[in-house]
Amino acid sequence: MSNDLLSNLSNTPVAKQLGLPTVPRLRRFEPGQALLSGPVLVTSVGDGRFAKPISALVEENGQRVVTAERSESRTSIDTAGEEKLNAAVLDLTGATTLADLAAAREILTPAVKKLGPSGRVLLLGAEPGEASGAEAAAVAQSLDGFVRSIGKELRFGATANLLIVSGDAAPSAVDSSVRFFLSSRSAYVDGQNVHVGAPVGPTLDPAGMDDPHDPDLPLRGRVAVVTGAARGIGAAIADTLARDGATIVAVDIPAAGEGLAKTANRTGGTALQLDITADDAPARLISHLEQRHGGVDLVVHNAGITRDKLLANMTEDRWNSVLAVNLGAQLKINAALLESSVLNEAARIVCVSSQSGIAGNRGQTNYAASKAGVIGMVRALAPKFAERGATINAVAPGFIETEMTGHMPIGTREAGRRVNSLKQGGLPVDVAETIGWLGQAESGGVNGQVVRVCGQSMLGA
Amino acid sequence: MPASTRRAAVIGGNRIPFARANGAYSRASNLDMLTATLDGLVARFGLSGERLGEVVAGAVLKHSRDFNLTREAVLGSRLDPATAAYDVQQACGTGLQAAIAVANKIALGQIESGVAGGVDTASDAPIALHDDLRRVLVRLNAAKSPVDRLKLVGQLRPGQIVPEIPQNSEPRTGLSMGEHAARTALEWGIGRAEQDELTAASHQHLAAAYDRGFFDDLVTPYLKLTKDNNLRADSSVEKLGKLKPVFGKGPDATMTAGNSTPLTDGSALVLLGSDEWAAEHRLPVLAHVVDSETAAVDYVHGPDGLLTAPVYAVPRMLARNGLTLQDFDLYEIHEAFASTVLATQKAWEDAAFAKERLGLDAPLGPIDITKLNVAGSSLAAGHPFAATGGRIVATLAKLLRERATEENKDQRGLISICAAGGQGVVAILEAKA
Repeated sequence: MSNDLLSNLSNTPVAKQLGLPTVPRLRRFEPGQALLSGPVLVTSVGDGRFAKPISALVEENGQRVVTAERSESRTSIDTAGEEKLNAAVLDLTGATTLADLAAAREILTPAVKKLGPSGRVLLLGAEPGEASGAEAAAVAQSLDGFVRSIGKELRFGATANLLIVSGDAAPSAVDSSVRFFLSSRSAYVDGQNVHVGAPVGPTLDPAGMDDPHDPDLPLRGRVAVVTGAARGIGAAIADTLARDGATIVAVDIPAAGEGLAKTANRTGGTALQLDITADDAPARLISHLEQRHGGVDLVVHNAGITRDKLLANMTEDRWNSVLAVNLGAQLKINAALLESSVLNEAARIVCVSSQSGIAGNRGQTNYAASKAGVIGMVRALAPKFAERGATINAVAPGFIETEMTGHMPIGTREAGRRVNSLKQGGLPVDVAETIGWLGQAESGGVNGQVVRVCGQSMLGA
Repeated sequence: MPASTRRAAVIGGNRIPFARANGAYSRASNLDMLTATLDGLVARFGLSGERLGEVVAGAVLKHSRDFNLTREAVLGSRLDPATAAYDVQQACGTGLQAAIAVANKIALGQIESGVAGGVDTASDAPIALHDDLRRVLVRLNAAKSPVDRLKLVGQLRPGQIVPEIPQNSEPRTGLSMGEHAARTALEWGIGRAEQDELTAASHQHLAAAYDRGFFDDLVTPYLKLTKDNNLRADSSVEKLGKLKPVFGKGPDATMTAGNSTPLTDGSALVLLGSDEWAAEHRLPVLAHVVDSETAAVDYVHGPDGLLTAPVYAVPRMLARNGLTLQDFDLYEIHEAFASTVLATQKAWEDAAFAKERLGLDAPLGPIDITKLNVAGSSLAAGHPFAATGGRIVATLAKLLRERATEENKDQRGLISICAAGGQGVVAILEAKA
């Protein structure tokens, strides 16, 4: 567990007597855990095409679908007695007028009152760019502000997120994203919007894949490379992907080999000691994947270093080493992957960016530049990977409780972990779960996106 | 028994960085190091939970509690506990002899895969009780009555407290290995300069191999050590020339702490298998084990030097395979001492020695020293006795594979390891293009 004393004290009588603010305990995924923990409100405003399949998903997972009863005077939600809602899902892809928006408000007002701990508000909206007319575009865009504000108001670990769906995306395209955002896997992803389009590459035949809806093994049969896997967030990524069924190729610099071997053996994978900044690193990685696995399904560019100094004191060495590991190596490996034949069908690339790259951070000009660069790279390469039936996305962790943050001065650390809607730092597994979702073959509709794993941090928002 | 045999494949290896004794690994036991090395190998080749044919390893300096050292390492590792294991010990030949044992079973089709190597610690050395004290204690344990026990207690003497510390010396001559090597060096007229040159080359070759990432898939760091800490990348003949001789006497003494291997802690293993097993596991075949030979010399009463048995083993193996000493693309001659490597070469080049001692019409002739120990050897890496064979087999197999791929031509390599007790183990590896 983390060294977050406030969080650890939070649910004790002592904390109540002292009047300490409460830190919600987030529900997190464990193997065998049901997707949903209570009834789910599913409804649409306007002509939505998602309410029906999502209702089916809820029922498939053993929970009751609740609908909103709208009358002249009020909207009521019928949950039996005091029963709390696990989630409220609103399909607003057909909402085009202010009246539609008002209807959405009408439904959500009673819904948030009924939302239980670690509850979920998930809105599906249209692409503002695809809207016909200014009002429709305005309504589609308004959902962004709407959902962000809901996120800030929700309590007890509940989150609010928005899927912005293109008109050509079939309901199956959003399936893996809906599952992720409803489940406890998205515990620390809050206030985010994610664009979902028609899946890249050839249409996947779910019957031809290894039971894609096995909720415990969504990555079964997939080979996943994780760089920087010896410890910290990288080790958690390897553990989580392996838990979800992936075969792990754990990569780290040769000097980190001891921890790397532990990660590899813990996950039943293999260790590849490789300095990713070496000129021949992309070739060595690719030939290793070809020889040992015949291809790769998921590459997680997680390896990163910090060499903090104020810009006034920044040296060439500190700048270059951070840019080389955090950005240069990713650029070179991605270019080599695109040129090679090693990418399997439905390959996924996930790059680890950072909140620093979005918000900036004092003393981290080099780090923030590299992590912002990752975002630029992901957006530029998304169409290129799409041509190969692959996707590339970024995750941007906020304050994550790691060995590194454990060494921060207590003031900085306390400030860092409280300035978000969930009032706590995230865990490495939260980053890993997000990568796991983006890494699924079924997530082909998500490409070129940057998903923050930050509990809706106020920094850079 | 099968009608035909096959050649065992060297698939890869793993070792921990070698550490000078009483340093980085001073608190690690043989079991700790061997288990870590095995786990590193398991991680590299994805063998977690796998049942291998067998694991064979050993240690030269061994505590009595480590009687089942290799089996204990397997049980502590990520391998399937149903993987059988046994210990071997042939002094510095242990690692290579273990590899030969596993390779032969694979060749016969008795097993499909195996791990071989060894470990040694000169830091955590076994210290034994004085023999007199031990005898009294054994009888005390067996005594039946209090009176008997009291009588035995009366036999205890203060002098018995002095323990027996393992010596790096031959029981039958009382001479240290270095003194024996110094005799051989004198006999063959091995000069100081050539020893220092060989030593500097070993350091430079090892450093260059590290720099080009050669050891990225051969070494796994251990206890925060990431490279062999005996390695001096800036070693030079000038620097080595300043050291005082430590073995031999008088003006003829040439052997220094620089051109002799230091006491070292470390562990090394190789993964062997049939071609079929390797293919099933999508693992590379670096090279094959072609043949091996073990020789022994009478260094106690006869004219031969303690570390000269490989001089005899190699011609026997060459004759059996219809090869000459020049038919090799790479040579790995274990650098127990720089002088040993040089004396071995001189013996092979000497016509009289060939005729009188080897019973050959002509000497084996010289080797191209640009093909010798090209990724460094024991003088630079250090020499944890039983670990050296595993280090050399994995290193040579990878070197041969690299060259076979680059030149698109079969490559053949010779391994020669001298051992205490007047023994020597040699082997041929071959990599197909």
